[in-house]
Amino acid sequence: MIARLTQDERRNALIILGLVALMGAVLGLAGRDDLLGWHGLLIVIFAAGLALPILGALDAPEPTEDRENAYYDDPTRLGILLSMGWAVFGLFMGVWVAALLAWPELTFVDSPWASFGRLRPAHTTGVIFGFGGNALIATSFHVLQRTSRARLSGQLLPWFVLLGYNLFCLLAVTGYFMGITQSKEYAEPEWYADLWLVVVWVAYFLIYVLTLARRKEPHIYVANWYYMAFILVVAVLHIINNLAVPVSFGQVKAYSAFSGVQDAMTQWWYGHNAVAFFLTAGFLGMMYYYLPKRAERPIFSYRMSIVSFWGITFMYLWAGSHHLHYTALPHWVQTLGMTFSVMLLVPSWASAGNALLTLNGAWRKVRDDATLRFMMIAAVFYGLSTFEGSFMAIRAVNSLSHYTDWTIGHVHAGALGWVAMITFGSIYYLVPVMWGRERMYSSALVEVHFWLALLGTLVYVFAMWNSGVIQGLMWRTYDESGSLSYSFVDSLVAMHPYYIARALGGLMFLMGALVGCFNIYMTIRGASASVAQGDRPADPNADRSLVAGE
Amino acid sequence: MMVFDHENLVRIAKSWGLFYMLAMAVGVVIYAYWPKNKTKFDEAGRSILDKDDKPWR
Repeated sequence: MIARLTQDERRNALIILGLVALMGAVLGLAGRDDLLGWHGLLIVIFAAGLALPILGALDAPEPTEDRENAYYDDPTRLGILLSMGWAVFGLFMGVWVAALLAWPELTFVDSPWASFGRLRPAHTTGVIFGFGGNALIATSFHVLQRTSRARLSGQLLPWFVLLGYNLFCLLAVTGYFMGITQSKEYAEPEWYADLWLVVVWVAYFLIYVLTLARRKEPHIYVANWYYMAFILVVAVLHIINNLAVPVSFGQVKAYSAFSGVQDAMTQWWYGHNAVAFFLTAGFLGMMYYYLPKRAERPIFSYRMSIVSFWGITFMYLWAGSHHLHYTALPHWVQTLGMTFSVMLLVPSWASAGNALLTLNGAWRKVRDDATLRFMMIAAVFYGLSTFEGSFMAIRAVNSLSHYTDWTIGHVHAGALGWVAMITFGSIYYLVPVMWGRERMYSSALVEVHFWLALLGTLVYVFAMWNSGVIQGLMWRTYDESGSLSYSFVDSLVAMHPYYIARALGGLMFLMGALVGCFNIYMTIRGASASVAQGDRPADPNADRSLVAGE
Repeated sequence: MMVFDHENLVRIAKSWGLFYMLAMAVGVVIYAYWPKNKTKFDEAGRSILDKDDKPWR
């Protein structure tokens, strides 16, 4: 990777890393009496760890080939590996917290870092930002270059974005274990990590705009619109929701610029649009490129994809207030969020339908090819969970579902069924392409991963649906005298079997990801088990042998 | 002069909000389904499927 940089670029990389280390040192010194000191140290170690290999290769020969003749895929390759690494970490944390809910004594160590409140954000950040974010960065770089027919802009900028983003994730997760959090869901990291992410994110947007500016293909393919909406809106959300004033520059603690119901509204405007633009728009970009590519068919209706793009972009921004039904939020704002959530079903199903109709006529490929099946199931779960989401946003339904496990089930139908499935599908398409292999090491293992992931998701989601509805009903059952029929502990006991099932579902999903890691590792190593196992790529002529009279 | 206080913003959101969103939706649908744009969009859909894996110069 370093061999593909000129000596000037290696020097510039060292300067950037020096600045980052300096920043870490200042932060660490200013916060030496606070937890901030540890994070300063972490930043210095991170920068030094990257600088060492560059220092060693400073005088190595420069690249001789004309780099403009090829796409820049090194950042994508590392991004895929980081994404899978975070997936294993994040899913493991998920299984652990799920097990803790069923068996509370499973903390193993009697130490604050292993308590549920600290492990749970490590799970959500690990899977959403670590796994999902790295996959988005890696695939967006790949899609952007192919659809623009132009090499990525800059040699160092893509590295800055990828590695800088992972530094943010590291600061976030290590912070949780130490007890650093600003207690905003999906926006837990404190002010210094938030500021760092702004810098990284602006660089990400710059790469996108600069590469598009040098595109050779005049039309900007729809996947890029989705990726750009993801980058742009996440920047806006992140900056506004994290407006805060630190107690001092030597302390991790900061106070939000908002308070009361305004704070709640800002947080859920952020929270819901993190789902909308991080977990939906970005992954739709993935779907609109990799699904047609793998199916070798153009998207069913390109024009419908444009309509759904603008529908999703403009309607999602209003839906956040459905998280605050029956709160101090003005009633009309709740109704606004509810109405937009219901309307969102139209562009959402347009996208899901577009994906499934693209496969119409290629079902044989879906049957034979687990990679494409990952993407197909993702589109199905996208359709299901957007329907469920619109439904749950209706105030009357929300009165049953809110604060129950139904919400958790809904989130995981989206996160496991849609986000993770489309990501695994895209990664299985990308890995052979990126490492110059004909196919994955073993398509049988892709098949194993597929069934573990699907089964795990179904077990998880059904467990939480059951648990959530039972919980919701028990909380609203009254006896003749008008008092509650069940105590909270009664509902807790009723949930126990579902919590065990949920942990099992999560474990299956984690095992699938581990199988995927092994398969990717073997593919990169250049091994091929496929031939020996008698597997073959989907044969478009397979049905010919069945023609009568032959 | 109009003051941008809570009352006024709510009034604008509750009245004009509907119309500008509808106008935008209609605009997008017309743009996407304008017959003349069909070839352009069909080509865009097919453009990603070729096997060419080198930047154009």
